[in-house]
Amino acid sequence: MTRHLRIQCSRQNLQQVRDFVRDFLLAAHGNEVLVNQVVLAVDEVVANFIIHANEEDASQYLDLLMQLRDHNLDVEIEDHSNTLFLPSNVAPSPDMSEYIRQGRKGGMGMALVSRIMDKVVFFERNSHTICHLTKQLG
Amino acid sequence: MKVTAQPSGDTQTFLLDGELDASSAVVLDAELNKPELLSYKKILIDCQRLSYISSAGLGVFISHLQRLQDANVKLVFFNMQEKVFNVFEILGLDSLMNIVQTEQEAQAA
Repeated sequence: MTRHLRIQCSRQNLQQVRDFVRDFLLAAHGNEVLVNQVVLAVDEVVANFIIHANEEDASQYLDLLMQLRDHNLDVEIEDHSNTLFLPSNVAPSPDMSEYIRQGRKGGMGMALVSRIMDKVVFFERNSHTICHLTKQLG
Repeated sequence: MKVTAQPSGDTQTFLLDGELDASSAVVLDAELNKPELLSYKKILIDCQRLSYISSAGLGVFISHLQRLQDANVKLVFFNMQEKVFNVFEILGLDSLMNIVQTEQEAQAA
């Protein structure tokens, strides 16, 4: 099963992304907590591309490709801008007590993604940034 | 995302309805940033209708928690759906924040 979605780089489109991922997964997998985790991981990566890589430039766009084969989920998110956005592939491990003490708002998104998904890889293809997420479901 | 404030005595309750993400977090952040909140003894967050939270939503609570604690204002969550609680668990926030099951427990916290 394969599905594709293209969105403009506006944070207003995050709801559309979550609905797309949720509908795709709930059709094949009934575990609401697990489905929500994957929705969250994709939402975090897409939000990073929209806000940090594209500075919410709605003339730019992202492609989201989801593929599920024998409980193996592959998600590919392609940023069509020409600015490369390659976060470290080393999983961050934030000290949440310190974050609370400092009153920090950000810096947790990629920690969530790396703890939820089995594999998270950012790479360059045709001068575009690609994020590939994989997870074994069930 | 809809945020409804319900003040009652020395307690302010916020009812969250919808999905709390990088787009909607600003609404809740503005509510929690109001200086008059520091005059309450307790801020209760009713999560019954909160169906989703991202890191941006968590960040709103994390960014205000120390300020509230310093002013002796308790922040208590209740009625949290399992899938939302799970997001707090992934980062270990369930042991750092006051999350209870029912409104009665929240009132007594």
